[in-house]
Amino acid sequence: MHGPSTDWKKDYSSPLKELFGKWFFILYTIVYAGFIIISVVSPSLMATDVGSINVAISYGFLLIIIAIVLAFAYNHFCTRAEEMMQPEDDEEVI
Amino acid sequence: MYYEASGWSVILFVGIVLVVLLISYHFGRKTKTSSGYYAAGGNIHWSVNGIAFAGDYLSAASFLGICGMIAVSGYDGFLYSIGYLAGWIVALFLVAEPMKKLGKYTFTDALDAKFDSKGIKLVAAISTLMVSIFYLIPQMVGAGSLITPLLGMPHWVGVVLVGTIVTIIVATAGMASTTYVQFMKGGMLIVFSIALVFLIFSRGISTEPDQGGDVPFRGFTTIKTLALEPHGIVLEDTTYKIINEYSDKEKKLRFLKLEKAGEVTIWRVNEADSLIDETLYVLNKSDGTTLYNGAPKEEKKFYQVGHMSDLGDEEETRTGTLDVFSFIEKIKKGTVVRWSKHVLMDGNDKLSIYYQNPTPGSEVLKPGQKFKVDAAKGATLTNQIDFISLMIALFFGTAALPHILIRYYTVSSPSAARKSTIVAISVIGLFYVLTLYMGLGAMVNGVIDLTNDNMSAPLLAKSFGVLIFSIISALAFATILGTVSGLIVASAGAVAHDLMDKFRNKNLSDKKKVIYGKFASVVVGAIAIGFGILFKEMNVSYLVGWAFAIAASANLPAILMVLFWKKTTAQGVIASVIVGLVSALGLILLSQETYNNVYGLVGVHAPVQINNPAIFSVPLSFISLVVVSILTQKNRKNGINAINDDNNDGGNGKNKKFAYNSK
Repeated sequence: MHGPSTDWKKDYSSPLKELFGKWFFILYTIVYAGFIIISVVSPSLMATDVGSINVAISYGFLLIIIAIVLAFAYNHFCTRAEEMMQPEDDEEVI
Repeated sequence: MYYEASGWSVILFVGIVLVVLLISYHFGRKTKTSSGYYAAGGNIHWSVNGIAFAGDYLSAASFLGICGMIAVSGYDGFLYSIGYLAGWIVALFLVAEPMKKLGKYTFTDALDAKFDSKGIKLVAAISTLMVSIFYLIPQMVGAGSLITPLLGMPHWVGVVLVGTIVTIIVATAGMASTTYVQFMKGGMLIVFSIALVFLIFSRGISTEPDQGGDVPFRGFTTIKTLALEPHGIVLEDTTYKIINEYSDKEKKLRFLKLEKAGEVTIWRVNEADSLIDETLYVLNKSDGTTLYNGAPKEEKKFYQVGHMSDLGDEEETRTGTLDVFSFIEKIKKGTVVRWSKHVLMDGNDKLSIYYQNPTPGSEVLKPGQKFKVDAAKGATLTNQIDFISLMIALFFGTAALPHILIRYYTVSSPSAARKSTIVAISVIGLFYVLTLYMGLGAMVNGVIDLTNDNMSAPLLAKSFGVLIFSIISALAFATILGTVSGLIVASAGAVAHDLMDKFRNKNLSDKKKVIYGKFASVVVGAIAIGFGILFKEMNVSYLVGWAFAIAASANLPAILMVLFWKKTTAQGVIASVIVGLVSALGLILLSQETYNNVYGLVGVHAPVQINNPAIFSVPLSFISLVVVSILTQKNRKNGINAINDDNNDGGNGKNKKFAYNSK
């Protein structure tokens, strides 16, 4: 277990994590905006078949799946950043 | 529709209530401090908190409202699922960790952390209350809708019951009991929704759905017409007597009121096929009585609907077991008989007619049945703006909902806040995929109650047996208990912590803070009960759309700018919250849908044609923050100098309204 305390130490990885957050946010916003734009500009495209389903449903599922994948990726990068950037003053140097 | 209670429903319902009360009693004895009351002591494990997030978020609107909307309008209900989930991206990537770092118990704490301004405390607390109340209304409406079929009690009893139980949960143990109630219900909701979807697949689709053999399929009668001139219709079947004819030229709708053997029925004129089709109708008489298909509710003349008239292959009337893809494919290739509603005044009586609207499956599975987006099919620019606006509200609203934001304070660290958000996204994402199948399942299984589409998912469960119906309903009920308690904690925090303690600078003792919090939760609970009874008729997902629009407009711009724009000033934040709140609320109250559904004004032209204000109110709120912040830069610098000088009175004299005290 690490860190269950209400007074946590200074987080040196914060700026990097914020940067990840912003870029991941922009990436997702573009995909989400794409969905809205297609719905409004070319609704007939939404009815186009994709295998046994259609564009509307596959794009909808894709938005949900991408959200989950990006969430895990973001957590992975943040955890790495926290591990790498935290000074080792109170831990023994390997 | 008329509902009767079953033994299983009562047992499970009582069971759930007992478990919930036991949890509250257990934590209530432990909760002595304000940190324990408002933030569960900050020591909830992130995985538990993640599921509890899902519990908070998968409210009555998600479960009942979305499934109901998909059942009635097809894909357009699923747009809410997509938007609700996308909102979590904003919460995770931009808000989760910084919120946890800045705040203590409430969203106001975080917003105000850099400024210590009374103005921010006041407006943020008001905004929290407004959003919470708007979010509470649909939950309470949902509670009433559920109690009727579950226990056979009237709507208002459900509302009062939920209100009372929830107030007990919150007034005893606050956030700790709320969290565990959420955790329990969030987990169970997912498990049983998966079970329900498997049952839908295994039953397949039939053109004459009979609810698993329980309720025989009721076919729809048509009568041939010999002449169709206005007020000169001649029917082939002369045993029917024409009493009245209604027509709406704009919508190209014509209806006939017929009588046969003392029974009054309403029919829709189908000019293309020289037929009249049977409809369902509800008559609200001016003397206060309501008739369902011409009879009181108890006579059960108003039946459940929803079926496919063909499966894309003339020979086929029933499919075998389907899967995630073939289920969609069958609907896509066939024709779904949807039901549309038309309301008119018959003398002093209000007549709501539900008529068949056969729609190709391919149309049902794309946007456009509820939200008009296709210009080729007559969608106007206003319709399109409305749609975009809704998607913006859902996207930006989630990360600004007070009851979601306070959940960041129940975990121990910013990284735990992040991890619990990821658990939440995964669980919620899975659930929203299931909503599509549950909604479409209700659409084709003959289970829809047209007077209450919120009941579609539980009624679908009922077609698989009373036990699963009871479980799903009891869970939906627990869902409401959980979400409402979260909202009441958020509101109580706004009143007791932000307003009483911080804004009025009372420096309350820890014990008093808890007492004030409990008192505030009782008051908010009472208000919620009142609204729940008042707004009975509305689709709950639609109302939640409002809460999201207000949260997105009033809270989110301030949160984002405080986190990411160094020049933000206290006055800027205050302006942004006020402008967002007032513009969003104003546009909603003047919108056409509010005129029709809330004020009950039929045929009145509202001043605002768009129904979702976010597309205007969110940018307006951002602009106000930026402009006011730029205009008050001097104050900001003074404030900072004052802080640097470590002068407690600094800034008070220079900035008349809002002082930056040392922090």
